[in-house]
Formats: sequence, structure tokens, C-alpha cells
Amino acid sequence: MKSLAELQAIRDKAKAQLNMRQDNPDAIRVLVGMATCGIAAGARPVLNAFTEEIAKRNLTNVTVTQTGCIGICQFEPVVEIEVPGEDKVTYVKMTPEKVAKVVNDHIVNKNVVTEYTIGANS
Amino acid sequence: MYRSNVLVCGGTGCTSSNSELIIQKLKEEIAAKGLEKEVNVIRTGCFGLCALGPIMIVYPEGSFYSMVKVEDIPEIVEEHLLKGRIVTRLLYQETVEQDTIKSLNHTPFYEKQKRVALRNCGVINPEKIDEYIAMDGYAALGKVLTEMTPQQVIDEIKASGLRGRGGGGFPTGLKWSFAAANEADQKYVGCNADEGDPGAFMDRSVLEGDPHCVLEAMAIAGYAIGASKGYIYVRAEYPIAVNRLRIAIDQAHEYGLLGDNIFGTDFSFDIELRLGAGAFVCGEETALLTSIEGKRGEPRPRPPFPAVKGLYGKPTILNNVETYANICQIILNGAQWFKDMGTEKSAGTKVFALGGKIKHTGLVEVEMGTTLREIVEEIGGGVPGGRKFKAAQTGGPSGGCIPASHLDVPIDYDNLIAIGSMMGSGGLIVMDDTTCMVDIAKFFLEFTVDESCGKCTPCRIGTKRLLEMLDKITKGQGTPEMIDEMEKLCYYIKENSLCGLGQTAPNPVLSTLHFFRDEYMAHVVEKKCPAHVCKKLLQYKIVEDKCRGCTACSRVCPVGAIQGSVKQPHVIDPNKCIKCGACMEKCKFNAIIKE
Repeated sequence: MKSLAELQAIRDKAKAQLNMRQDNPDAIRVLVGMATCGIAAGARPVLNAFTEEIAKRNLTNVTVTQTGCIGICQFEPVVEIEVPGEDKVTYVKMTPEKVAKVVNDHIVNKNVVTEYTIGANS
Repeated sequence: MYRSNVLVCGGTGCTSSNSELIIQKLKEEIAAKGLEKEVNVIRTGCFGLCALGPIMIVYPEGSFYSMVKVEDIPEIVEEHLLKGRIVTRLLYQETVEQDTIKSLNHTPFYEKQKRVALRNCGVINPEKIDEYIAMDGYAALGKVLTEMTPQQVIDEIKASGLRGRGGGGFPTGLKWSFAAANEADQKYVGCNADEGDPGAFMDRSVLEGDPHCVLEAMAIAGYAIGASKGYIYVRAEYPIAVNRLRIAIDQAHEYGLLGDNIFGTDFSFDIELRLGAGAFVCGEETALLTSIEGKRGEPRPRPPFPAVKGLYGKPTILNNVETYANICQIILNGAQWFKDMGTEKSAGTKVFALGGKIKHTGLVEVEMGTTLREIVEEIGGGVPGGRKFKAAQTGGPSGGCIPASHLDVPIDYDNLIAIGSMMGSGGLIVMDDTTCMVDIAKFFLEFTVDESCGKCTPCRIGTKRLLEMLDKITKGQGTPEMIDEMEKLCYYIKENSLCGLGQTAPNPVLSTLHFFRDEYMAHVVEKKCPAHVCKKLLQYKIVEDKCRGCTACSRVCPVGAIQGSVKQPHVIDPNKCIKCGACMEKCKFNAIIKE
């Protein structure tokens, strides 16, 4: 270790995994439906895409969690995003390709991606 | 990037209840489901709730599974990790509320705690330096080496009010300044990890859960006093701690955080491990240093203090593990932050190892000034089985008992000394009304008699005589005069012993005499043990009205001491009875009593 910058680089790299282990009631929550219907429709790649994208952008205030079936199995994979103090937004028929846009527009820039939501698809 | 972290406790407590097998099974099941790239299994240090081990936490949900069995693993993996359905049935029930699951930090056990020394225990993987660095590890060392002078470091530690956590409570900054002031070609930094008090395991948990924080703090101490070499004296009975320290030292070397020219400065520092061979006296500082030198672990008179003439005759500082665990936080957050915690004369927090008759056996860290009642009743969950709290023992064989009447005393160094006990390293043993105080004093005396190194007479012979008297009292051969004589001997040993071991050895006797003299008197005058513990003073009797003559007791008695015919009250022959208690356990009518 020759400099503080070197230490900082290691720290930043390892930090993302550690963030998950802290209690954070103000965090934005991404809930991915992972019941049988969700898994069958391809929820796992979606879940992993969220995790990757959030780590890549170094977002410390977001948690990605699995959840059960909310009853709209024909729309799986379903992803719900909860921003504290705002109404829950439900995205349907998600794919790993759609994830980057949702993270960028909704989570980072606070613009709901209306075209992917349940309202636009039912 | 993993989407889920599964933390399994790998402290000594959970390891002994099979957490290794759980980790193995978890990995197997996760691989079978093809989740190994998504779920990360991490072996951490102690979470503190040892009574509920083996313990496992799943993040990001923060689900706290307690008393996990290997058979539960397939279900947890299938339901929780694959399908996202938390297995509520296996959660720690205090985290489960109707419709919702509370965070672990909001359970009574954790809510009142303040984790400074233990902040990384149960959070990071102690065998991965990167995880320690992610929690601001080695940032304090970086700050010290690039921004502060040694004098500034010492001033900061002094201003924080940190006192030695090994028990004595000597101001840490002052100790460092003594060693810094002494010119020498070589100085040493020592870490006392020879945790020997019965019932104490704070230091072990820090070493197992966060070994790097000790290494970093020792390097900081080295910079402050001008030492380039450190020794950790850790007892060989802590194999997990020793192993993790070795790994940590290797990793720190690899990253250049130990070794030459750390952070590109001209400061170099290295640490070596020394394993203690199991002698309690080696926890005493001069004996410890003598033992590192390879000689027989015996204390020597002070002065000269180690800060003047320590290891190999050179200025040396020796601090306890928990003391070091606070250092980096003080450097990063400032002295004032630390001073704001705790009481005026005892700043910061203290880790206690809760044991004995208490619901939540384990490790807790609270602010100084927290009352014993809060620790025992709120955090510890109180005395189980509906029994009554009688006393708490702090400070191990050097400490004393705190009776129920002092439950509301705020715990800090000075208050504990004022009531005849001491902080000690932090073992806190809770006793209920089935504990005999004379027997407890005898237990600790047996320990010190065993562990006395024998160098000085007051300790070697004095404690032995003291134990003999206690033994007589518990056998009903004591007299009231013997109690006075015993008290006199206690003070004699305290005043004349060479080192801390002898000087504090009579404390368990003195404090029980002070608070529970009536119990001693009952032993010598009425020849009775009020708690029904001392066997020789005990008699088993059958209450005639309650006995139905079922003969169960006479059949279970191993020595044939119970006589009586069917459906007639039975009688115990006190001359034959060996007081094993088997009859009392067997009787369905509560007809057998001890008195």
C-alpha cells in the first residue's frame, strides 16, 4: 500500500457488497416477484440484472429484494419499486434488457417508465 | 455482484454448535439450485446472541434465523433464497410481529446496545481484508500517518478519555505518552489477548470477528510511541482467533499495511503472534512480557513500569484487545465523539460477556453508565425459570458480587470499585437464588489457588489457607471466629502480594462477605446453606402429608436410604443418604424437600 488513493480504490470496490448488510429504512426498494410464476417467466435474470446495474452505478441507497406472487401471474416477471414517501410503481413483463432503463430513468432520475408499467400493459 | 448475502456466525459459540456443517450444507444446496453466482455465503464473527446459535442472517432482507439446524437448510435455500419467501417459522421469534418482520436492531437484545468495539463483528468476513477496508478499515492508520504527528495521536487518545478495557482502567493516552517520552533505540507495542477470566470471551470475539481492527490500532500505537515492532500475546486455547489473526497478518503484509514504508511514509511496523500456554498469571502485564521473552511467566515488581523498562528491557506499551478495538474509531470520528458516550470519568462503551442464569447468554456492548438492571433485565432478558435475581459477578476472580440492591448503579470503573467489585475485563455472571455465595467465593478461590504462580508467599500460601477456611465453612466445620480471621487474611493478601493476581484474589471473598455476611453466618452458626447448595449442610426429607407411598423414590435411590411400605409415607435415612437428589427429581407429588 503506497498511497491513500490505493486504499480508497479497494474500499469503493468492496463497499457495494457491504451496503447490503446495513439497515437502511430510507432506501429505495426494488421488489422482484420470485414465486413459481415469476421464476418460470424469467424473473431471476431480471433480479440479477437489477443487482448488477445498481452495483455498476454505485447506488448505495437501493436494496433489491425478492418477493412472492402478488396475483397477476400473466404479467410476470413483475417488479415493484418503492420510493419512500411515494406510491409504489409496478412494472410488468420485465426483461433484463429493460432493467437499465428503469434504473436510469426511475431510480436515478425519478421519472417513472410509464410504458413498462401495469397501467400501459393491461 | 451477488444479489444476496448469507451471513453465518463462525464464532466459537456457533462453531461448537455446528455452524461449519451449516455453511457446507448451504453451499451444497445453493450449488444444486444453480445460485452460486447470485448468493454469497459468508462466515462472520460473533453476532453476540450466542444463546440462540447457530445464527444466520440473510441480506438484503435482514432475516435473522436462530438455532438453525442442518436439516433446515434445504428449506431455507429453496424457499428464501430461490423463491424469496422468508421461512418465518425458523426466524428468531422476537423479530416476528403480526404481518411484519422487525429488523434485528429493533429487538430488545440489540436496541439498547451501542456497538463500537464490536461494530464489525457479525457484519464482515474476518478472513477478507477487503471487507474490513470497505468498513473504513485502515483509513485511521492512513490518516495518522499522513496527517498527524505522533504527539497529536497521543493527544487525541488522551482527550477521548479512553481507559484500559482489560480491567484496570488506566488512561490509555497517558500510558502511550509515558512510552513515547522514553528515548530508546527500540520500543515495543504489545497486545494482551490472554483472556483468562472464567466466563469472559469479549476479546476472543473481537479477534475472531474483526482481527484487522487490532492490527491497525497496534500500528497506530507504534507510530505514536515510536515502535516498529508489535507482539500479540494470545492464548493457545483460542484456535479460531489465532488462525484468523494469522490470516489477517498475512493479508495486511500482502497489501503493505504492515511491513516497511506503510503508505509510502518512512514508518515501518510489524506484528508477531505469541501463543500463551494457558497460565492465568500471564495476563498480568509483567508476567506476559517475561513470557514473550521465552522465560517462565512470572510477574516482577513494578516500578519500573513496562513503559520505562518492558519487553527485552525496552519501553513497551501493553493494551488489551478491546482497548485497541476502540482506537481506530476515535481517530476517525474524533475524541469528542467518543467522550460524548458514557459517563464523565468513563467514556465510551464496554463489552460484557453475559453468562450464568440469564436468558440471552452472549456478548453485549453498552455505553458506560448503563445500569446493571438494563443489562440483565432488558438486554439479557432476565433470569429464566421464574427465579429471582440474587447477584451479578463482575471482574472474574479479581472482582466481586453486585447484589440486587445495587441493580440501579450505573456501571463504570469508579462506581464498581466503590461497591467493592471491579470492571475487570467484562465477564458478567448472573446468579439466581439457587446460588450459594460462599460456594461462589470458593469457586473463584479454587481458580486463583490453581493459577497462583507461586513466586510470592502471600499469594501462594495465603490463598491456599483462605480456600481451606472456605472449604471448612461449606462443610459445616466453620466458626464465627473463622470468618473474622478470614477477613483479616484477605486484607493481608491484598496488601502484600506481588502482582495483580494476588492483590485482587481475595475480592470475591470480601465482596460476598460484605453483601452476604448473613449467608456465611448461616453456614457457621446454624450449619445451614440457605441456597441448598452445600451438600454437607443439606438434608433431604419426605413431607409425610404429601407422600402417597408410591415407592418411586425408594426404587430410584442408589444407596437404599429410603424405607417405607406401599401406600405408607416413606422415610429417608440421613446416615445412608448421599444427597444425590435423584428421589426429589423422581417424586411426582413434590413430597421431597431439601433443607
